[in-house]
Amino acid sequence: MAFALTPEREKQVDDIVTRYPERRAALLPVLWLCQRQNGWLSPEVVEYVAERLELSTAIIQGVVTFYTMFFDAPVGENVIWVCRTLSCDLRGGKAIQDHLETKLGCTAGHTSSDGKFTLLKAECLAACGQAPMVQINDYYYENLNVERLDRILDAHATKGGEAAAAEFSTFASFGAPSGSNRGAVTSAPPPPSKEAVRLASQPPPAADTTGEES
Amino acid sequence: MSEPLLTSRYGIEESWKLVNAERAGAYDVARRALTTRQPAELREEVKKGNIRGRGGAGFPAGVKWGFLNPQEGEEIYLVINADESEPGTFKDRSIMDLDPHRLVEGAIISCFAINAHVAYIYVRGELAFSVTRLEEAIAEARQAGYLGQRPFGIDHAIDVHVHSGAGAYICGEETALLNSLEGRRGEPRLKPPFPAVKGAFGMPTIVNNVETIASVPDIVAMGGEAWSALSRLPGDGGIRIYGVSGHVKNPGLFEAPVGITMRELIDDYAGGMLGDRPLKAVIPGGSSTPVLDPRRKVDAPQEDHPLHSWHGQSEIDVPMGVDTYRALGTMLGTCCAIVMDDTVNMVEACRNLMRFYKHESCGQCTPCREGTGWLVDVLDNLCNGRGKPEDVDLLVNVSNNMMGNTICAFADGTAMPMLGMVQKFREEFMDAAIHGVPDGVRHDASARSLVEGGA
Repeated sequence: MAFALTPEREKQVDDIVTRYPERRAALLPVLWLCQRQNGWLSPEVVEYVAERLELSTAIIQGVVTFYTMFFDAPVGENVIWVCRTLSCDLRGGKAIQDHLETKLGCTAGHTSSDGKFTLLKAECLAACGQAPMVQINDYYYENLNVERLDRILDAHATKGGEAAAAEFSTFASFGAPSGSNRGAVTSAPPPPSKEAVRLASQPPPAADTTGEES
Repeated sequence: MSEPLLTSRYGIEESWKLVNAERAGAYDVARRALTTRQPAELREEVKKGNIRGRGGAGFPAGVKWGFLNPQEGEEIYLVINADESEPGTFKDRSIMDLDPHRLVEGAIISCFAINAHVAYIYVRGELAFSVTRLEEAIAEARQAGYLGQRPFGIDHAIDVHVHSGAGAYICGEETALLNSLEGRRGEPRLKPPFPAVKGAFGMPTIVNNVETIASVPDIVAMGGEAWSALSRLPGDGGIRIYGVSGHVKNPGLFEAPVGITMRELIDDYAGGMLGDRPLKAVIPGGSSTPVLDPRRKVDAPQEDHPLHSWHGQSEIDVPMGVDTYRALGTMLGTCCAIVMDDTVNMVEACRNLMRFYKHESCGQCTPCREGTGWLVDVLDNLCNGRGKPEDVDLLVNVSNNMMGNTICAFADGTAMPMLGMVQKFREEFMDAAIHGVPDGVRHDASARSLVEGGA
C-alpha cells in the first residue's frame, strides 16, 4: 500500500526544504518525520521519499541503512535503548540489560512477544555522569537501578509513555558540589559533597544509585 | 573568578525559557555586539580569548575562523557540532537542555563575526529532547527579533536551524557531519579541501563545537584577554565544562578554569573515589584519549621539556590543557573523564571500548573497518581464555597499521587508546593471555543472550 504523510507533516516537509540550499539535505529530517508516523522505514516509505525529494530509492536506502536509528524493519510500539558503553558498564549497565531481558522476555535486538517493546543495545548515549541509563523512545532515564527501572516500566504500562517521561525522565543534570551558589563551581576547590545539586523540576535520583554490580 | 560563567544560568528555574534567560542577561552581549561592534573586532576578541576547540581536537577557534577566505559569490555557513557521542562525554547536552539561549546567542554573534547568514546545529539523533529545547529557543528568539531578516534591527540576516542526526558516532567528525547535513551517508571526506574552503554545500564553512560557540558571548563580553586569563595555562584560555563519570562519589559536570589537574577534578570536584577505593586508571577526555595511570611519573628531566615543572610527579598532577596533555602522550579531548578503580580489569575495559569502535566505524577505509573488527576478535579471545601471549603484540601490530592510513582520524582515535592501554597495563594483558579474564570482573553480553544468542 502506498505511503503518504499526513497533511500536517506534509506542511512540515515544505518548511524543512526551505532551510537548505539543496533539496537533498532535507532527507534526514524527512525520514525522521516518516519514521515517526510509520514506526519504521518500509520500502513504501522509501519510494514516497524518493518521489518527494527527487532522489533515487537506492540513495535513500543507502542512507537508511547507514544510521543506527533508522529502522529498516518493523519495531515494537516502544523502543528501549540500553547503553552498554564503558561509563554505564562501570556503574552496572549489564545488570540493567539483564533485568530488561528477563522482564521483557527477549534479548537485545528483539521485540517482546506482546509487541510493546523492542530492546536494543546502544553505544554511548552521552549521559555518562548519570550512568547507568536507558533511552525509551525520545526520553532519557538516568541514574538507574533495577527498582527504579521497574517503576519506570510500570508507569509506561499503566499511564503511557508521556506520563512516564514527565515523572521519571531527566534533563541533563548539573552535578555541582552543593554550596551557597546553586549549581556553581568556584575556581577554588570546593568542599567535597555527597549530593549533586539538581534542578527543582527533576526527580531526585533513587537513593541507592551508587549500587554496584559485582 | 568565583562566579560561574558558562553554566551561570543552569540553576535558574525554567532556565531554557527566553524570559528567564533574558532576566539573567541572555542576548545583552549579542545586542551590543551586533549594534556597536565590527565583525573583525569580534573575530579578534575570539582569537585573543585563546579558546581551544571544545570538541576534542583542541584547535584554536580564533585561528580556525581566520582560515575563511570566501571567493566572490560564496556564502559562508556556520555549523555547530552537537553530535556529542564520544564515550564518556556528556557536557554539550547540558548546554542545549539547560541554557539553549546561550548557544543561540553564541551562534548569532559568531554568524555576525564570520559574515554567515545561516547556522546549522547538528544534534545527534538520540537527543530528541534537546532538539525540542533548541527549536523552542530558536522560535522564541525569532519572535523577539533576535533572529531573522534584521536581528536587533541591523542589516545582517541570521537564521539558525536544527538538524537532527540519526545515530552515528562518525558524524561528529566534521566532514562526515557535513555529508550527513547534506542528506548523505555520514562518511568522512578527504581533506584538503578543508571545510573553511569547501564545506557545507561546497561553500566555506566553520564547524565549531557547542561549548565553543556557547563560550563566545562571555569572551566578547569580558574581552578576549580577560577571558583567556581565567585559565591557569598560557595559550589555552578561559574556563570549560569538565565531566566525570565512572567510579567517583559525585559524577557530573563542573565548570572550572582550564588547567586544573586530574587529581583536583576527581578529589575536589567529583567528591573522590567511590567507596574510597584506589584509583587505577582514568581516561581523560573521551574514549579516544590514551589512558592515564596514576602510578606513572612524568619523566621530563630536560629543562626545556614542556612538562619539566612536573618532573617526577604523577601523570594525574599535570594541569589539564591541550598542550600539556599532548606532551604527556595523551589528549585532552573533551575534558570528560572516565574514572576506574582497582576492581576494573583493563583488558575488559578495553574490549568494551573497542566494541564501540567496531560498531561505529563507517566502513569506508579498510584499515579501520577491518582493524576495529580484529581488535575486538583478539580481545574476545584474550578475555575468553583462548588467547596466547603473541596476541598482545598482535593488538599493537594491528593498531600501528591503522594509524595514519585512513581518511579521517577515527582509526587513530581507536589505535591510540588501544596502544596506550597495552603500554601502560601490559602485565594485565599478558595475564589475560594466559588465564583469561575471570567472571567477576567481566562486562559481558547479558546473561540471557549468552544462552539464547543475540546482541
